[in-house]
Amino acid sequence: MFESITQNLTDALGNFTRGKLSEGNIRDGMAQVRKALLEADVNYDVAKSFCDNVTKQAVGDQVLKSLKPGEQIVGIVYNELVNLMGPVDHSIAIRRGEMAIIMMCGLQGAGKTTTCGKLATMLKEQGATPMLVAADLQRPAAIEQLRVIGEQVGVPVYWEEAGSSTPVKVCQNAQKAAKKEGCNVLILDTAGRLHIDDSLMKELVQIDNKLMPHQALLVCDAMTGQDAVNSAKAFNEALELDGVILTKLDGDTRGGAALSVKAVTGVPIKYIGVGEQLDKLEPFHPERMAQRILGQGDVATLLETAQRVLDAEEMEDQQQKMLEGKFTLDDFLKAMSQIQRMGSMKSLMKLIPGMGQMAQAMEAMDGMDPDKDVKRVKAMISSMTVEERRHPDRIDRSRRNRIAIGSGTDPAEVNDLLKQFKGMSGMMQQMAGMNMGDRMKAVRELQSEAMNPNSRGVSQGKQRSKRGDLTKDALREKKKKERQRQKKARKRKK
Amino acid sequence: MALFSKLKSALKKTKDLLRTDVRDLFKSGEILDEAKLEEFHRGLITTDMGVEASEEVVESLREEFGGRTVDPDAVWENVKNTLKEILKGDGSTNWDPENPLSPLNMATEGPTVILVSGVNGVGKTTSIAKLANYLTKSGKKVVLAAGDTFRAAAVDQLTKWSQRIGCEIVRKDPGTDPASVAFAGCDHAVQIGADVVLVDTAGRLQTQQNLMQELEKIRRVINKRIEGAPHESLLVLDATTGQNGISQASKFSDAAGCTGIVLAKLDGTAKGGVVVAIRKKMGIPVKYVGVGEQLDDLQLFSPDDFVEALLEES
Ligand SMILES: Nc1nc2c(ncn2[C@@H]2O[C@H](COP(=O)(O)OP(=O)(O)OP(=O)(O)O)[C@@H](O)[C@H]2O)c(=O)[nH]1
Ligand SMILES: [Mg+2]
Repeated sequence: MFESITQNLTDALGNFTRGKLSEGNIRDGMAQVRKALLEADVNYDVAKSFCDNVTKQAVGDQVLKSLKPGEQIVGIVYNELVNLMGPVDHSIAIRRGEMAIIMMCGLQGAGKTTTCGKLATMLKEQGATPMLVAADLQRPAAIEQLRVIGEQVGVPVYWEEAGSSTPVKVCQNAQKAAKKEGCNVLILDTAGRLHIDDSLMKELVQIDNKLMPHQALLVCDAMTGQDAVNSAKAFNEALELDGVILTKLDGDTRGGAALSVKAVTGVPIKYIGVGEQLDKLEPFHPERMAQRILGQGDVATLLETAQRVLDAEEMEDQQQKMLEGKFTLDDFLKAMSQIQRMGSMKSLMKLIPGMGQMAQAMEAMDGMDPDKDVKRVKAMISSMTVEERRHPDRIDRSRRNRIAIGSGTDPAEVNDLLKQFKGMSGMMQQMAGMNMGDRMKAVRELQSEAMNPNSRGVSQGKQRSKRGDLTKDALREKKKKERQRQKKARKRKK
Repeated sequence: MALFSKLKSALKKTKDLLRTDVRDLFKSGEILDEAKLEEFHRGLITTDMGVEASEEVVESLREEFGGRTVDPDAVWENVKNTLKEILKGDGSTNWDPENPLSPLNMATEGPTVILVSGVNGVGKTTSIAKLANYLTKSGKKVVLAAGDTFRAAAVDQLTKWSQRIGCEIVRKDPGTDPASVAFAGCDHAVQIGADVVLVDTAGRLQTQQNLMQELEKIRRVINKRIEGAPHESLLVLDATTGQNGISQASKFSDAAGCTGIVLAKLDGTAKGGVVVAIRKKMGIPVKYVGVGEQLDDLQLFSPDDFVEALLEES
């Protein structure tokens, strides 16, 4: 069945790419897009407003006048999906010197207990000392399950006899126990419950009020159908969720629930579960999810083309800026994100004529990873102020140190980046004024420069990648603070 | 049957509700236009029955009543009948309200083996407990086989249920080959002259080939011990599941030869309409529905009542 839907969509989107577009065939095509979304379990109303939105954009003048309007529409569909499911926020609040409390909740069988174990594993790896709390006194042997998981990941589990306690009491006592044991993260595994079960929902709110968790996370089965909006909405209304974790994405579900849940709650999807083992927790990426929802194969190929068209326009825009000497680090970051959005640097390089060999050569130079480099560059630029991004020449020693700390890199790397940027914008400025042949030549020069192991630049990746994870931590740290601030503000409003 | 009356009374209410809803949608004397059909399409999609089945229903309405003045009762009959026909299938499944065991294929001699499978967290273990409870109460001798040797504390979970119900359980150490637990369960049942063996299995995604092979093996081994077994292979589906349910039904059938579905968690707001699509494509009938976490929250499926509940406004 999936094949036929993908086929329909391909046909529909294929129509877009042929000949002139009319409002009529845009609507026909969008009907197919809607069908594909519904088959992927996107909620009916969400799919409808999504398609209305895209149609509105597509019918606009700009698209119709552009060279290949069809591809652009596919691009709009994809980008709109990504925008709806983003922005990403992988932060989990951990306070230094204070205990962070994470409350997990969700329907029965969503995967809460396993996900608690996965979170504990992840946080422990990051240097936290988590404690798991068996607050599910409902399901037979739920406590035992968590205790086994705790043992597997080497994390203490707080529990009480199910018959002689209540979930609220267990959580409160756990808080004391964690203090005594010096744990700095408390993960509450609450019982699965129906969002329409008033007394059980009240119990959750009670725990929320008594413990004031820093994060309330909804665990949601990625295979959920149209009902996902109802449960997510109810949990969000009761608890003001901070994030969603989608589970069981290692199967063949298209995962439209991701779009639905994000659309109705506005709460970011933080992580996805991709296996039963306790290390199978990954950060959520809206781009990958969008591709998954739209299907693979031909549609993916169409998407790629569309993306290239879109990027070409943006690139032209950037070239214009370079030509005028207006290319800032902000634009640089945008270009970087664009590249990341399109897929890994390596596969991207393979697409560009002449660059494929370079990607191979880089792989051969043991373990160099251009993707990691992009991440680090992004982290560094993200740590700069707006002013610094516009005027990199104003970055002095103390600013450089601050940026290095903020991004988990070191000042020398920041220095390298600034140098590279300077060199690059100079070269870009030159290139923008060249014809195609000269440009190719310039690219080749860039290549040989990069492949020269003595030159600075890309080859730095080798020594950097060892500490790649630091970057993530630093970013998380930064975002965490921001979220805590927001959460406090929200609580006050309440 | 007191045990299966809870859903029915709940459905009575919704039946009347639905009638008025449909009347509102297609007011007598109004023309059935595309906007109205679209509204109906939305209602059908919301049940999770999928685009194909929904479009089929809408198409039949369009063909028969499109552009004409509407008689709401006729429209209503048309929709109901289409869906009920799909769910009843070829008429080979029996749902006798007087006999909740009627849809089950029982062994003519010796123990009846019921294999239960499904993806993670759908409600397999709980459904087994519910069935075991009913069977025990009807005077049958039941043996549970704790075939989930993978998930933490899964055996404990089933053991606790067996203690509450007061039936036997066969269990082995965590990590044991589940097929050997199933075999031991059948073996034990034969020896003590039990009537029914219920085999629990670990949750697995239908895309995990090695685990689907493991399920196949469980089925083979059961068959080796008891001829004609498993007599029933029940797939447990979570009512909140969307279109992935179709893939679940198809791949679990390949491995376990599913003979019926238990639709669990129907006490929430999800409608479980994907069973319509499954019945249409693969012919697997729903036999029971789960409507809560307690032992008596299992009910005999009824195509008529289900269809009435399916289109109830939520
Ligand atoms: N509301 C409701 N909850 C149910 C129903 N059936 C099962 N549950 C709950 O769903 C959760 C999972 O049920 P289990 O029976 O453990 O599911 P399972 O398929 O055996 O799970 P795994 O063995 O972990 O794959 C438990 O909290 C059950 O109480 C039902 O019909 N309604
Ligand atoms: Mg189980």
